[in-house]
Amino acid sequence: MRLTKRRQATSTVIGIGLLAVMLFPVYWMINTSLQSGNVGASSTLLPLHPTLAAYRLALSQQGGDIVTSLTISCGTVLLSLAIAAPAAYVLAKSRIRGQSVILLALVITQMVPGIVIANSLYPAFDQLGLLNSRLGLVLADTSTALPFAILIMRAFMVSLPGEIVEAARVDGAGLVRTFVSIVLPVSRNAVITAGLFAFLFSWSDFLFALTLTTGTNLTPVTLGIYSYLGGEIQSWGPVMATGVLSALPAIVLLAFAQRFISVGQLNGAVK
Amino acid sequence: MKTRDRPSPLTGGQATAPGTPRRTRGRSLRQDRAATWLLLLPALIYIALFFGYPIVKNAMMGSQDYTTATFYTGSAPWVGWANYSSFLSSSLAGTTFLNTAVFTVGSIAGQFTIGLAIALFFRRRFPLSGLLRSLLLLPWLLPLIAGAAVWRWILDQDSGVLNSTLLHLHLVHAAVPWLSSPGMALYSVIIVNVWIGIPFNVTLLYSGMQGIPEEHYEAAALDGAVGWKAFRHITWPALRPIVTVVLVLGVIYTLKVVDIILGLTGGGPANATQTLATTAYQDSFVQFAFGQGAAVNNILLVVSLLFAGLYLRVNRRASDE
Repeated sequence: MRLTKRRQATSTVIGIGLLAVMLFPVYWMINTSLQSGNVGASSTLLPLHPTLAAYRLALSQQGGDIVTSLTISCGTVLLSLAIAAPAAYVLAKSRIRGQSVILLALVITQMVPGIVIANSLYPAFDQLGLLNSRLGLVLADTSTALPFAILIMRAFMVSLPGEIVEAARVDGAGLVRTFVSIVLPVSRNAVITAGLFAFLFSWSDFLFALTLTTGTNLTPVTLGIYSYLGGEIQSWGPVMATGVLSALPAIVLLAFAQRFISVGQLNGAVK
Repeated sequence: MKTRDRPSPLTGGQATAPGTPRRTRGRSLRQDRAATWLLLLPALIYIALFFGYPIVKNAMMGSQDYTTATFYTGSAPWVGWANYSSFLSSSLAGTTFLNTAVFTVGSIAGQFTIGLAIALFFRRRFPLSGLLRSLLLLPWLLPLIAGAAVWRWILDQDSGVLNSTLLHLHLVHAAVPWLSSPGMALYSVIIVNVWIGIPFNVTLLYSGMQGIPEEHYEAAALDGAVGWKAFRHITWPALRPIVTVVLVLGVIYTLKVVDIILGLTGGGPANATQTLATTAYQDSFVQFAFGQGAAVNNILLVVSLLFAGLYLRVNRRASDE
């Protein structure tokens, strides 16, 4: 829709106002995290005397949890990409029996509530000794990341021109070699996108962290925030500082959004 | 897949030595088939173990007396429908179903209406619109529990910023018990869930609007259809298939919400914010009645799958149109 200069300016002002309302909670999180030297629970509207005291406290209490979350998220990225990328390639470029059933199953798995999965994973993990383990959480978190990763990479690989693959095949490369040396490098952006989302899903995971751990020896940062909320909160500073730290991957992902959009454009361009 | 059967220049187009290439082709086809399954197998195994197994296991646990004792003795006596009937006859069942319905309908109505309005607003091209639109995604990308934490602080009865602002402006006479009054908690939880869901709605509806050709609006403007009229006669009809998809997906995602409720109210006060998903959690992981939890989970799963089926139908129709 084309607008006059004046109406454009008005729109920008309204848009900024809208964002200010929508992002107020995020601002309040940052604001509180910067002014918590005081014991009192209330905060002023602006961080007039900003201090990093809350972050120091948060890092001393939650630093280990952040490392735990990082480890689990990286593990989830590696596992889900390793499983998803070859599957995406097959589902994009080969005709196999039951293909539509598999694709349908992938869509439906994303709609199964996590608590259903957790309820039966708990007894199984208990028997296998996977409760309270990073491996256990990586395996469980992959369930949120995998179907999405397969579908998003497949959508990209479907759009790859057939000639790229065919040329390699004529040169005598097998299916696996074509995948590793041709398809994977060309699909780099889609793989990165899938990986970023896998990281974000796993990093934000709360339900599996809550249900598949017992006690306090393994607490990802989401569980760290929850344990703050469980008690009587003396000062919100460290809670909000932990919140800000837990939001960093989301902000990184937003910065990468540009690249993500270019994947979409490429998608449309090749079709 | 195809090796090119070019006519040989030496024999003037007649295929020579058909045996050798065909054998290699046959072997490579077989190799290909093996390789195909090799590449696909890990995904299939994972899905069987982490989706297939849990669903089947849950279906069984729902009819077993599966408790902490089971972990030591290994025995989980078969109880038929007892877990279901004890849940359905409890006073909690009615509250849970009603809360789930109100939470879902309220969240969807709020997210969708506000999301649609914002998406329409961003149809205008203005400086910074792209940047603002991507910043709008932030609430969606934040860990849900972090979102719940900051809202718990904002809605805090004694020192939260919302109450202190309302009191300061004399809009209320006493601090509002947003999360601590049974009559109000569910609505507060809905407001937070609406906040989280808006970006998803804006993104899908906005991309749907991008697919409507500009000429339709130009033609309509000639007939005097602008503003609300243009929305009613052009935007809405063209958007309808996507609207259905957004709504059904919204229901499916709202049904499985646990993080926000546990973070804000823990299902309380007095079960005022207990939904099917949080009840299932409480039964299994607080009461350690895994059989009972499985029964509630199975009800939740059936409801979710009903909407999943609906999604697949409307989605097919949406992509046909």
